[in-house]
Amino acid sequence: MSTTTIEPTSKMTSKDFSSDQDVKWCPGCGDYSILKQVQTVFPDLGIPREQFVFISGIGCSSRFTYYMDTYGMHSIHGRAAAIASGVKASNPDLSVWVVSGDGDALSIGGNHFIHLMRKNFNLNYLVFNNQIYSLTKGQYSPTSEKGKVTKSSPYGSVEEPFNPSELALGAKASFVSRTLDRDPKHMQMVLKRANEFKGTSFVEVYQNCPVFNDEAFFAYSDKETKKEEAIFLEHGKPLIFGHNDEKGIMLDGITPKIVNFKEKNMSPTELWIHDEKDKTKANLISRFFDTLFEGEHFPRPFGVIYADERPVYDEEMTNQIKAVNAKKGKQSLNSILSGDKTWSIN
Amino acid sequence: METLNNEVSQKANVIESESMVVRFSGDSGDGMQLTGMQFTDTAAMLGNDLSTFPDYPSEIRAPIGTIAGVSGFQVNFGSKEIFTPGDLYDVLVAMNAAALKVDLPRLKKGGVIIANSAGFDKKNLGLANYPPDVNPLEDGSLDNYIVHKMDITKLTKNCLTDSGLGTKEVERSKNMFVLGLLFWMFDKSMDSTIKFITEKFAKKPDIANANIKTLNAGWDYGDNTEIFNTRFKVKAAKLPTGIYRNITGNHATAIGLIAAAEKSGLPLFLGSYPITPATDILHELSKYKANGVKTFQAEDEIAGICSAIGASYTGNLAITTTSGPGMALKTEAIGLATILEIPLVIVNVQRGGPSTGLPTKTEQADLLMAMYGRHGESSIPVIAAASPSDCFNADYEACRIAVEHMTPVILLTDGYIANGSEPWRFPTEDKLKPITVKFLDKPNGAEGVLLPYKRDEKLVRPWIKPGTAGLEHRIGGLEKQDETGNVSYDALNHEKMVHLRAAKIEKIADYIPLAKADTGKDKAKLLVLGWGSTYGAIKTAVRECIAEGGDVAHVHLHNINPFPKNLGEVLKAYDKILIPEMNSGQLLQLIRAKYLVPAIGLSKVQGLPFTTTELKAKIVELLK
Repeated sequence: MSTTTIEPTSKMTSKDFSSDQDVKWCPGCGDYSILKQVQTVFPDLGIPREQFVFISGIGCSSRFTYYMDTYGMHSIHGRAAAIASGVKASNPDLSVWVVSGDGDALSIGGNHFIHLMRKNFNLNYLVFNNQIYSLTKGQYSPTSEKGKVTKSSPYGSVEEPFNPSELALGAKASFVSRTLDRDPKHMQMVLKRANEFKGTSFVEVYQNCPVFNDEAFFAYSDKETKKEEAIFLEHGKPLIFGHNDEKGIMLDGITPKIVNFKEKNMSPTELWIHDEKDKTKANLISRFFDTLFEGEHFPRPFGVIYADERPVYDEEMTNQIKAVNAKKGKQSLNSILSGDKTWSIN
Repeated sequence: METLNNEVSQKANVIESESMVVRFSGDSGDGMQLTGMQFTDTAAMLGNDLSTFPDYPSEIRAPIGTIAGVSGFQVNFGSKEIFTPGDLYDVLVAMNAAALKVDLPRLKKGGVIIANSAGFDKKNLGLANYPPDVNPLEDGSLDNYIVHKMDITKLTKNCLTDSGLGTKEVERSKNMFVLGLLFWMFDKSMDSTIKFITEKFAKKPDIANANIKTLNAGWDYGDNTEIFNTRFKVKAAKLPTGIYRNITGNHATAIGLIAAAEKSGLPLFLGSYPITPATDILHELSKYKANGVKTFQAEDEIAGICSAIGASYTGNLAITTTSGPGMALKTEAIGLATILEIPLVIVNVQRGGPSTGLPTKTEQADLLMAMYGRHGESSIPVIAAASPSDCFNADYEACRIAVEHMTPVILLTDGYIANGSEPWRFPTEDKLKPITVKFLDKPNGAEGVLLPYKRDEKLVRPWIKPGTAGLEHRIGGLEKQDETGNVSYDALNHEKMVHLRAAKIEKIADYIPLAKADTGKDKAKLLVLGWGSTYGAIKTAVRECIAEGGDVAHVHLHNINPFPKNLGEVLKAYDKILIPEMNSGQLLQLIRAKYLVPAIGLSKVQGLPFTTTELKAKIVELLK
């Protein structure tokens, strides 16, 4: 850290992270919950407030920056990842958080998204996914389900949606996770994990848009359906779900299968044990999203799908500079100006 | 070497000349660029003033022997001051029939042709579109020139028979034969090239030896063969005293950025995406890791500028480099930098457009895009470099204005000066203008309130680095309230902010040099008003016209937005104004609109720079 702290971080509260600007999201918007969880988690991260930088693009999600009393830039549509790359490359000491939406990150910003995952800057990338364009008042987004009826698709969208976690893994993301606005504790856990992880931490947050796509994710949070429709991943723990925690997921070769392990008197240890560092399995988990394995409908996975640290861009860049400097030494400006071939005219 | 060099050839006449233009022309794979550069370095080090013009196709290796594949390198060197690569050449090296076909029209009548006869076989003649059974080397069509034809390919092979090198490597050495022969013709030492070869192939001594052997063979061929009865002597130029180096525009741009970073005390960050003809700046800067220079090869043009915006936000001297199509992609982000009011330098090395256009050819057609090519009211400074070495000055000035006035700045260079080179009496560190940067470290408003958009006497807001305790604040692309920077949709506030941002740019006119005549008097019948890379050709033409009694002067614009404060006054002192541009009249529009003067345009949009002859003809016509 390059600067001094004005107050011990331990004394900070969530209020220290609220800016003086009025929050202007629609009543009932899932963004309120995300803002609250971020403000709840931040005082305990041990990072001085002035080190936090939020970079956002355009869309409802991207107004987030204005509401955090940290440094921040509300930029242009799709480009937050590219701007954040420059922020982190030029000052690796900062704690950089990108806030984006499904349109901002995966449509207009798709190219920056995949390259950020590949380059692996040590920053956090939150995508508020509401499966709709909200700020432009309701058009289908790159995560909207096929057939979605919106203002720009009155007869249903003919497009196949992205599967964000599969896309991120394909782009070499080192940390892929999913959480949802209506599960504050889970979101806080994922946010902390993202912060601790060294690398680009991709956090997809299912976020309800009460105006243009209401209840899109309620199946994963409503008591009635949650246990059947969602599965919460924990490293080293078996993949278990169901009303009575009776269902487990196993691997038959490379095919996932749902088994009622309690009926079969199986030990949970015989089930698929989640290993965050196993990329092959992470790929399969990410595909529970939209793939039917042998005709079976799988629950939607939440939590840390994949987390395996590898060298980060900002550190590699800094190290290379240090190594070349150690080997060659800084060249004086006068010698750069003269170059190595000169002649005199007297 | 020394003995050969000092021994004035007994057989050849020596013709002294004030200046000579040599054009090296061959297939893209013939190594003409390297040959030309080596010849240039030697001429420069021996004290000639010079100007070069690499002229190559956009295909890396177009089909061998075709007209599309011809790559040329032109150098004009002299014992007098040289400002252009020359209109017509004295010596043309043609490595094949296509090269002759393309470049013969601009060889002076009576000029020398050195032709590689191996490149004039039936196949090559056909590829160069000569009619069947026509060989210009043999049909008398070149009788008005001095033609030296020789089978350079075979001569090279003969001298490397025992080298143990493969056919390909042997073939590749043939440019060294030409270079050796040219060094003999112009009586220039080969030491510098031998040193270059030795260093370049330090790990491949076989290849180094073969190249040096071939180079010597070329020299000896000139010295021993009776067909060469003329040598040329171009004495050293009487340039201002000092230490010189040879430099291309792109190289000068790169080190200008390093100099500005050093003098401002800011870390240097370049966010860029490869694009011809700007990429060499990225190449050059990426070598300076030991000096902490950060170069970020972004995923696209937009990420190039956006990463630079991110770096500027954290307090770096941030740059993005590009050419026309790339600048088009960056315009939205330039708008963001404009409303954020953060420093940023956008270098546009212009090329022929629109679209992919003529990627390796030159043009000045992005001026109006630089001035107006953005959404909303978004005036930003525009600066143009006049020559290869002036890229350093213009670039340094762009950085100074960017950080001292908290604004994105567009620097326009173009393919002609970016790749062209000239001797440069480079400055030392202590001679460079200081660049003053101050970061805000405590609240600047009453009662400890931070006002990120409170302005100083230059109308400039403070630069605040994230990481500074107590100054946490948000900036963004939405219109902001005056002083506080908070989002504001207030109608009158928006109008005020638009005017404030524009006034800030206008105010820069108080901090830049006034316009004055570069050549000629402050009052004359005709003013030639130029900007950018037309400098050398205009200066040469105006000097020659004055010498011939013409009442003409030359003013060259370095700052285009804002214009120098006195430009209106300056223009009024001349009866007529001529504005030559490598576009359809873009500065012409700006000058006519702002100063309401009936300026006359001279347009050339051929992907090629103006020749002195073209300019002189127009000047003479207007002086009549």
